[in-house]
This record gives sequence, structure tokens and C-alpha cells, in this order.
Amino acid sequence: MHTRRKFIKIGALGLGATAVTTAVASWATGNTSGSTRSVNDRAVSGWHRFPTYCEVCFWKCAGWTYVSPEGSIQKIIGNDDDPQCNGRLCPRGTGGVGMYSDPDRLKTPLIRVTKNGEQTYREATWDEALDFIANKMKEIAGKHGPESIALFNHGTPGKYFTHLLNAFGSNNVAAPSFAQCRGPRDTGFELTFGESVSSPEVTDIRDTRCLVLIGSHIGENMHNGQVQEMSEAIDKGAVIITVDPRLSTAASKSKFWLPIKPSTDLALLLAWIHVLIHDNLYNREYVAQYAEGFNELKEHVRDFTPEWAYGITTIKPELIRHTAREMANAAPSVIIHPGRHTTWYGDDVQRSRAIAILNALLGSWGNRGGIFFKEGIKIPDFPRPAYPKPSWSWQDTLNGRYPFAKEAVTNTIIEASIPKPGMEHIIKGWFVAGTNLVVSIPLKEQLMQAMQALDLLVVIDTMPMEITGYADVVLPECTYLERYDDLRATAHREPTIALRMPAVQPSYLTKPSWWISKQIGERLGLGAFYNYKDFKEVLQWQLKQIGSSMEEMERIGLKKYPRKSPVYIESIAEFKFKTASGKIQLKSNELQEAGFDAMPVYTPHPQPEDGYYRLIYGRAPMHTFSRTANNRNLVALMPENSVWVNPQVAELWGLRKDQHVWLKNQAGVLSNFSVKVRITERIRWDSVYIVHGFGHHHKPLTYAFGRGVNDTELISRLAIDPIMGGTGMRGNFVTFVKTEPRKEGKL
Amino acid sequence: MRYAMAIDTRKCVGCSDCVVACQTENDVPNGFCRDWVKEVVDGTYPNVSIELRSERCNHCANSPCVRCCPTGASHFEEGGIVLVEHNKCIGCGACIESCPYEARYSHPDGYVDKCTFCIHRVRQGNDPACVSVCPTRCMYFGDLEDPNSKLVNVLKNRKFKSLAPEAGTQPQIFYLL
Ligand code: SF4
Ligand code: SF4
Ligand code: SF4
Repeated sequence: MHTRRKFIKIGALGLGATAVTTAVASWATGNTSGSTRSVNDRAVSGWHRFPTYCEVCFWKCAGWTYVSPEGSIQKIIGNDDDPQCNGRLCPRGTGGVGMYSDPDRLKTPLIRVTKNGEQTYREATWDEALDFIANKMKEIAGKHGPESIALFNHGTPGKYFTHLLNAFGSNNVAAPSFAQCRGPRDTGFELTFGESVSSPEVTDIRDTRCLVLIGSHIGENMHNGQVQEMSEAIDKGAVIITVDPRLSTAASKSKFWLPIKPSTDLALLLAWIHVLIHDNLYNREYVAQYAEGFNELKEHVRDFTPEWAYGITTIKPELIRHTAREMANAAPSVIIHPGRHTTWYGDDVQRSRAIAILNALLGSWGNRGGIFFKEGIKIPDFPRPAYPKPSWSWQDTLNGRYPFAKEAVTNTIIEASIPKPGMEHIIKGWFVAGTNLVVSIPLKEQLMQAMQALDLLVVIDTMPMEITGYADVVLPECTYLERYDDLRATAHREPTIALRMPAVQPSYLTKPSWWISKQIGERLGLGAFYNYKDFKEVLQWQLKQIGSSMEEMERIGLKKYPRKSPVYIESIAEFKFKTASGKIQLKSNELQEAGFDAMPVYTPHPQPEDGYYRLIYGRAPMHTFSRTANNRNLVALMPENSVWVNPQVAELWGLRKDQHVWLKNQAGVLSNFSVKVRITERIRWDSVYIVHGFGHHHKPLTYAFGRGVNDTELISRLAIDPIMGGTGMRGNFVTFVKTEPRKEGKL
Repeated sequence: MRYAMAIDTRKCVGCSDCVVACQTENDVPNGFCRDWVKEVVDGTYPNVSIELRSERCNHCANSPCVRCCPTGASHFEEGGIVLVEHNKCIGCGACIESCPYEARYSHPDGYVDKCTFCIHRVRQGNDPACVSVCPTRCMYFGDLEDPNSKLVNVLKNRKFKSLAPEAGTQPQIFYLL
């Protein structure tokens, strides 16, 4: 393979680091905390507080950043009025200041150059970097059309670059959060109920009487509002049923833990459906009124008895029946949680369908303690011309596959970036904003091939994540504590908006993404799409349209709007679901017409060979994917991941606690680094578990480098969901390598 | 007045927000902490249980650290809060040795530091930082002598335990079971 694009380590360049500028913003609003400390605490007075919403994960809790008169950030505290956090940020949000103070931050724009035959980066001015990008974009558009520029994004910066691409004439905008994460869930629920459960999820955990978690580890995934509500549900005595091969934190708080054999969840779900229907436990009235396809479903699950499922799942038939009865007793105040990261085995839409069907049979959708109807405030777009219509779009990269993908599929955009003879739609330029594709996309070879073939790769980030090493231009974004951003408009129980404003001025030469987008846009002659001086002007205009103002929002940070529509189904006469027929699709005609199973069917998935263990990965509450592994405020809590091994397995392999091992997968792929062994009864003997987001191999991440292993590199076999293109990642098996493998044979 | 804390192990998810909040509130240097989270696993798969516990100084009524402090830097404040006065402390570490909970550490600035029950916040009528940040609201801080407090209420209605009661220190942090 021709490797034009060499990976460059940013930190190795010894780039000049200007001091952090932390002067208090001159637009300080006069919010004074007024606290004075006594005793042996540092004396503090005259702190100012600035509204923000957190950017350490997608939950976006509203909060306040406290700044001392000297201009240093003291702490970040949740906004009491925000229903998403109720004044309590999670550990990552509380430690969010570590993103700002990280010594390894990107500090200046960088442009790839070749010096004495070696590829390297040189520091560039913003003008140079932006001119370079705009010129390349014009060149690419001239040859291939504007559609040939694509964007991969995560978080708030994505919006500004989506706008840039849309204005330029491309809608090839993809987010790993679809095909690598929540896509199957959303598709499965849309096919069943006509809509999905959004984000933050519209699950009424607070008022539920029974919460069923299937591989969803609330409490380890720190989706703040959900964690808070689960705790409230525990207080109120709700029955929690957790299905997980690992004793997750949630499992340990559950009345019933079903330690299922991995990859067999769909069999359990079908057995539950069987019990609900054949033991007459389902919500007859609700099903009769709102659902269609019941008779076909009843027939379909006739043989899927708990006894049948026992042989597959290892969960005892009595327990399957008993838990189904618990759900029915609580119905309709019951939630079979849709989960979030659902790309597991390639039949994930069907598994999500089974979860949706269970919810339907119990009547939870639209009921208190089940799944409620959301309402939000629509924020109008700042006046702009209509976007040009692209002559082709991401749909054309699907090539007839994945008919139910409602969002762009990262994998097919990557494919379309690898030139092949006779290709009609080719992508030549990428923007990557706020997502470390190298760690979030498990298609390493394709990704590398694609990146090699690009004419332009622009990476916008706050940190020198692995992906920055492949860029032609690296643009340093300031952190969320240093910028204005779009209003957070949440649709949930109550409509809310939240303001983010800078608490301090951007450090180094960093810039907010809205500014970067505007600068590039203007260089492309798209000034009409950026008809404002700065983002504050946009916010002022938007706030005015929705009956608020900058002054008000600076003071309160979060605003609630009165709800106008009903929260529950019973208050709506003749409620129609957003499906074609207006009814819940127990049997999906849409799927059938497209040649898929109209009702979920269990298919066995490959099992590990002797000596191999299924690789299960998940989350830790103090980290967000790979982006917090370098945050000095959080690393002390968990500096690296470990591989969880059942004591029986440890004994078999002679593994000791904290011993370092390397992991090798079924295809012989070896982990980059070693990882500590954690011997624990919390994991099944046929699986190992690691927390995702460690094992960074980019030296500029001076803390995170080489700590722990990166699960993504061991995920070389993917089971692609034919319905929407999700990349199933739980079908990889690993074994232990006890001696330093790269040294083997050298002696 | 007798300040104390009850922590619900059934609700705690071990997220360590209490640790981060304490660090930012009290300027605890990186690499040190005044509170920490313990996970105790019991049983064999699949009959396993976990207890998650946020631990800190127990503000013991019969505290060995106050007794052994040669300078009087370790002392009691209102409501039985055990405190170290930093400028009196000579950093000898006798208290660190005497504490059965390993609650104290040597601050790089040369004195011994530990949880203060956030006395600066409590005096202003606020909860300690860890209590006020905890997403699961599993911690209750209050006055044991106030019969109407939420703290007394949960202790009346729930089973609880304290740590190392055999040490005779009369710890004032209670874990709800
Ligand atoms: S859940 Fe935590 S990381 Fe996510 S937005 Fe809220 S405080 Fe930030
Ligand atoms: S913040 Fe609360 S839930 Fe999190 S570890 Fe501390 S006590 Fe437990
Ligand atoms: S009470 Fe205050 S000092 Fe003590 S652990 Fe909690 S936050 Fe830290």
C-alpha cells in the first residue's frame, strides 16, 4: 500500500507552548458566589460564575463554572434547575476543568509538510491554515464536486461543520454514534413504534415499578439523569432485573440478576414474549387498541418456551417465567430499557425490535413509569439562504445495502473514500471534529486505506488524539469552558434550554468551532451563510425568538418552558403512533417487504474456541470513551483499565492479580500494550471484560500513553447489521499472552 | 450538636464523584484524596454481591488521632468535627499511624490533611461538597441530635453498620445496608 500520509506524533515536534491565558473575561456578569472560607481552607471571595453545559459526554448537564478574580477556574457545579442533572454533575463533569488545564492540549494550528524527505507538522497561523483548507476544498470541489467532502463528528462542534458542508453542497455527514453505537436501537424502535427514545432517553425510570436492563450498565455508564433516577427508583422499591454476563454495578443492585451466556439475549427476549403471550400476562387492552400483528406474533413465539431458551441462555426456566411475571405485575409502569450502545452481534436491530415488542406487550410506551412523550423547544435557525441541493449524498454510498439507515453510516463513507475503478461517488476530503476515529471505528485497515487516499484531512480537536497524527491540517479547538456554543435545547419531561458561555478566554491559539467554520465559509465565498459578527449575536437573535434574552440566560443558565402537550397516552383520544398505519408494529411489514424477518428470530452466534474468551467491553463512571484518559482530574480515579478474569480462568492460566498480560484475538491481532489482570467473581468464565477508552498509542497524550489496552484494536471481526449497517463488535475472542510477545524469539 | 453521615450502600454506584468534588472543593493536590471509594466483592459466580462504599475520616468521638497529636493541631470543632490546624501541625505523622481508617495523608506543603466534613460549607448551612454532588443522593449529612433530620430518619428506618467498630473509636459515618 502506498503510504503517502505518514503518522506524525505531534508532541515530538517540541512545539512552542504559550502560557495559559486565564484572565477573567471582561464580560463577567457579576454573578458572585460570595463564599468566604475559614478554618484551614483556602480563602475565597469574589468568585464569578458563568453558565455552561457540560461537554465531557453527550448528556450535556447544565452547570456553573466558578472563576476566581485572578481568572482561574475553581470548580464546576451542576445547575439546580436542570432536570438533566438536578444540580449534580457526574465525576467527569465535576472534573471537566481537567480538559481545560490539560498540559497536552493542542495549542496552535499545524500543517503537514515534508522536510528533508520526512513528513512533519509545522506551526501555522490561523490564516495560513484556513487558506490552505479553503483552497483544497475548492480544488476538490472543482474536480469531484462539493459532495466529495465529508464530515465525521461528535458533540457540539459537529453542528458548525455540518453547516459548513451543507452550505458548500455536501450532506455527507456521519457520526460514529449511529453505526457504532445507538443505531440499532433507534432503528428497531422506529420500526416498531415509529420513533425512538431520543437522548436523553425518555424512559420514566423515576416512576417505574420495574426496570429491566439488558447489557445496559447504568451507573457504570454515567448518563447522569438516568443514574439519578435509578437511585430514586431503588429508594421507591422498584424491581430491577438485570441481564448481563457480568455482575455490573446495576446487576448488584438488582432483585434479579440473570447471568446470561453472552450472545444469547435474543433467545431470552423471545422466551419472555412467549410467556407474556401464552401465559396471558400481556396488556390485552393496550395491545388491542394500539398494536397490530398480535396473532402472527403469538404464532411466531409458540415454540420459544423458557425451556427452549434455557438450553441457549443458561437461564433457568423458572427464573424466566418469574421475571416475566414481575414485569407483568408492574405493567404498564415497566421499562425494558432500550440500552444505548447496541452494536453487538449483527442482528441488533432485531434484538432491539424484541425489546420494543416487550415494551408494547406490557403497554409501557406512553405510560407513567414506562416511556413518556417528550416535548422540547425548537430553536429557529439564524436567517440564512437555503442550502444548495447536493447531486448525491451518503445514501448513494450505501449501494443498495442497509435500507433502514436513517443516518449516514460511517463505514460506507469510509468505503467511498477508497478509490475503486468505475466509482461514481468518491470522497476526497474529510473533516473530523470531536471524534477520535482511530479508536471509535473498528475497521482499522479500511480506515487507514481511506485516509491514505484523501486529498484533504482536517482534524478539529482540543487534544492530540490519535486521529490528529493523520491530518493534513490540525485545528486546535478551545474547550467548552472557553467558548459560546449553540443553545442546548432538550426535549424531555419539560422543555428546557441551557446556555454555554465562556468562563475564561481561549488558551493558547485555540478557537471555537463556530469561528473556524465561519472563517472557512467566508473564504469559500459562503459569507451569506454566516451573516453575523460572532456567535453571541446568533444566540441573542435565537433567544429573542423564543422569548428569552442573553441577560436572562446569563443569570439563570437554564430556562424551563411550560409544557403544552400531554406526557402520557391516556389523555390523548385516538392516539396514533408515527408508523405508517398509526399502530405499533408487532410484526413489521416494512422489514418483510425489504426481505428481512418480520419478527425477531434467534440465530446462534460463534462461540469462543478453547482457550479463548469473549471480549466484552464497557464503561467506567469516571471516563468518557477515550477522551478523558488524559484528564489529570480523573486519571487518579482510574489511570488504566484492567482485564477482568474469572478466578477459575485465572487458575487455569496461572494468572496472578495485577500481572501484566497481552491479549491476542482470534485473528492473531495482538494488543499494543499489556494490561493488568483483575481476578474477580464478577465475570463469567467464558468471557473477559475491559473498560473501553484506554491503551492510547499517541505519545503526545503524555499521561494516557501506553496505559491499559484499547479494545477497538482487538475487534477485527465485525458482524454488520444488514438492516442499518451497525458494526456488531461483540464477536471477538481473546486469549492471554503472558510473556512480552515482541521480545519472543529474540534471545 | 453531633455531626455525622449516613451513606446508602444500596444506592452508591461507586462513581467517585464524591472524590472529584472533594478535590476541587478543597484543593486537594493531584494524587492525594480525602475520600475514596471501596468495592468489596463477596461470593462466587453467579452468587456474587458487591458493596460500594465511599470512605473518609470518621470524625470519631473517641479519636486516637486527637489523643496522640503532640502539638494539639488535631482537635475537635463544633459538632465533634475532627480538624487539623495546618499551621500548628509539624507533620510528624503520629496521627496517620494511629488512624485505623487510613484517613489522613501528608500534604506536600508539610502538614497532615484529611476530611474536614467541609466545615466551611457546613457553617454556611450547606452540605459537604461530596454530599451535595453525589448523583445518586446516597449520602446524608446532618446533626444526630436533631430528631427531625433526614439523617436521623434514615438511621431509624434502616439497618446500618460502621467500620472497624472493634477499634473503639466511635466512628460517626454509618453505612446503610
Ligand atoms: S453526565 Fe457527566 S460528563 Fe455527561 S454531561 Fe453530565 S456531567 Fe458532563
Ligand atoms: S458520588 Fe455518591 S454514588 Fe458516586 S461513589 Fe460517591 S457516594 Fe457513591
Ligand atoms: S466532607 Fe468535605 S472534606 Fe470530607 S470527604 Fe466530603 S468533600 Fe471531602
